[in-house]
Amino acid sequence: MRRSLTRRDFLKMSGVGLAGAGLLGSAACGGSGGGGPVELTFWSWVPDINNEVKLFEKANPDIKIKYVNAGQGGDEYTKLRTAIKSGSGAPDVVQIEFQYIETFKQLDALVDLSEYGANDVKDDFAAWTWEQVSDGSSVYAIPQDSGPMGLLYRQDIFDQYGLTVPETWADFEEQARKLNQANPDIYMADFLADGGWFNGLMWQAGARPFEVSGNKLSINMNDPAAVKVAEYWGNLVEEGLVGTKPPFTNEWYTALSNGTYASWITAAWGPVFLAGIAGKSKGKWRAAPLPQWSAGDNVSANWGGSTSAVTNQSEYPEEATEFAIWLNHNSESAKMLAEKSFLFPTLDSLLQSDDFKNQTDPFYGGQKVNSVFIEASENVDKGFEWSPFQDYVYTQMQEQLQAAADGKVSFPQVMDDLDSNITNYAKDQGFKVQ
Amino acid sequence: MKQEGQPETAPPVGSQQSALARRKRLRQIIIPYVFLVPFLILFALFLVLPLAYAFWISIFEERLVGGSTFVGADNYLHALRDGAFWNSVRRMVTFGVFQIPVMLGLALVFALVLDSGLVWFRSVFRLGFFLPYAVPSVVAALIWGYLYGPTFGPFTQLAEYLGVPSPNFLSESLMLGSIANIVTWEFVGYNMIILYAALQAIPAELRDAGAVDGARSWQIALYIKIPLIVPALLLTCIFSIIGTLQLFNEPSILQPLARGVIIQSYTPNLYAYGLAFTNQEYNYSAAVSFVIGAVVVVGSYAFMLATNRGRISRP
Repeated sequence: MRRSLTRRDFLKMSGVGLAGAGLLGSAACGGSGGGGPVELTFWSWVPDINNEVKLFEKANPDIKIKYVNAGQGGDEYTKLRTAIKSGSGAPDVVQIEFQYIETFKQLDALVDLSEYGANDVKDDFAAWTWEQVSDGSSVYAIPQDSGPMGLLYRQDIFDQYGLTVPETWADFEEQARKLNQANPDIYMADFLADGGWFNGLMWQAGARPFEVSGNKLSINMNDPAAVKVAEYWGNLVEEGLVGTKPPFTNEWYTALSNGTYASWITAAWGPVFLAGIAGKSKGKWRAAPLPQWSAGDNVSANWGGSTSAVTNQSEYPEEATEFAIWLNHNSESAKMLAEKSFLFPTLDSLLQSDDFKNQTDPFYGGQKVNSVFIEASENVDKGFEWSPFQDYVYTQMQEQLQAAADGKVSFPQVMDDLDSNITNYAKDQGFKVQ
Repeated sequence: MKQEGQPETAPPVGSQQSALARRKRLRQIIIPYVFLVPFLILFALFLVLPLAYAFWISIFEERLVGGSTFVGADNYLHALRDGAFWNSVRRMVTFGVFQIPVMLGLALVFALVLDSGLVWFRSVFRLGFFLPYAVPSVVAALIWGYLYGPTFGPFTQLAEYLGVPSPNFLSESLMLGSIANIVTWEFVGYNMIILYAALQAIPAELRDAGAVDGARSWQIALYIKIPLIVPALLLTCIFSIIGTLQLFNEPSILQPLARGVIIQSYTPNLYAYGLAFTNQEYNYSAAVSFVIGAVVVVGSYAFMLATNRGRISRP
């Protein structure tokens, strides 16, 4: 999940979560018998997730959850890694983004949940999300939310300059050129020097940078599909058809809200995020599927999204798994995550529910935005794998892609450099690189 | 110590007396250490022990695959040959050569002006200059990061309004200067206070004597005051050298604004941090940290040696 917390979220989180706590008495419900209640620690940065935690405690009086917000993304991972290294202090259940599961698996930090019945719920989740958290019949996390990719665009700018919603990347480039000729101050989009974003575009194009099997690793950061994506964006940047502002900065937020960009290539969490940072442009945005490499195709990819994993420091892996499954699988809890915390669901029943599909949002002129991203979720290309050291890969990508966006190196060169840097790193770390 | 009204308890026998004296001497030696114990405990716990631990892990190499092996000085040898690391050191030396004189020069001028009594509301100015130091450096970097914004930052907006070209403060060529500006803004006041305190300690007779001999105030400043506060100047200089080589907060905060410029190895400390917390190369990071420490020690010592010799050879 890439959506950053606002200050308001934090304030909300501190108050509301406690308010609804344990008002009702405990209904007798099965748990592991004997002894006092089991206490589990749970790390997550999802706003308001304490509400779902309370709901679980009510349904499972034998299990107490100690909820901790240990920071978002990288901040949490740093703490988690320190706890793993020191051998104590890790939570029982922890929020981990899809792309870091392999990284923590590599540290032997995650419990195989299939031992505790995780495969029972396999078919209830979107197939591609389950593939992301499992390896054969082993399961290392339960999917929570996802970020199938799509396009958000400014209807008003498109109308003003007579642009059409691009169905292919070639068309996207053409519209970008048309816009640039009509008004060079407005860019079709921003090139995001963000590991997750670029990775998503590589994913859609069919690139498979990593294949992991045990300690053997194949690295292909510069396979033809990845180079195709790099060259495409390199041309757009060089021609000045897209902006190159560093993403998720104040300057970038301002540019998104004041009409400097006619579109934002983003993920399913993007609509809510954008409404939060670009309130001024309310009603002017619309959603569309991601442009395609070949006309008539319908391929999407994923950027962001989280899971709940159980660490091997947990004394109660069975109860921890129960909680991880319940949190994301229980219909009430999953619904709350989707509707109150605006997480894009991974649960099929929710993705297919009319309530969710038909939700409209005035920020998008009353469009049923969810339905666009539900379709994207159905079309996420399967079989994408992550490296077992994704922090390193993302940091390298961000650094070098921004350098390319600033014109210091060529885009195809970046892919070659990334490939050789990452290969060297992997070899230094003892992997057998093929 | 003998006190009035206390009976003399000196024993008659000499040997007994010397035993007592010995015990007293022993006590005098021990007592200071008893008072130092709280410090020593904390010192050992939070400095010596972590350093020893860091050194211990720096002579191993732990890989993601294959576990931990003893490698002796390998990590250090690697650090000595690591181009990225030495580039970061070179960058900080360049930074210091320009930034430290500017910062200390400004601090000295401000201190002299305040000390001269030429300005009204002296305490207001003193506080004003010092205030940036009270702003946490992270916050300062955030503020300046906003001000530097290449499209919507106030400087750019102003330049656009005036119709002059606006420089991109976050570009590769200007970044070092932009960071230097933040650091200068933060620390001029701090250094000024140290120098001002030294100036206040100069005996009034010396200035009076100068004034009686007809020296103007700039002459008094140049020939009397500054030579007398040279030790304080050297102190601020050493602090600045150490601070420069350990620069971390400012580039770390500006990093998301210019990822292509502020790379992982932009400053030595940033590099050590990235090695540990991004690359998971804890052992190598520990070795790099020790090399940074060595560079700081060598740098400071070289500076002291150079300035000492200069002072001794002066007629």
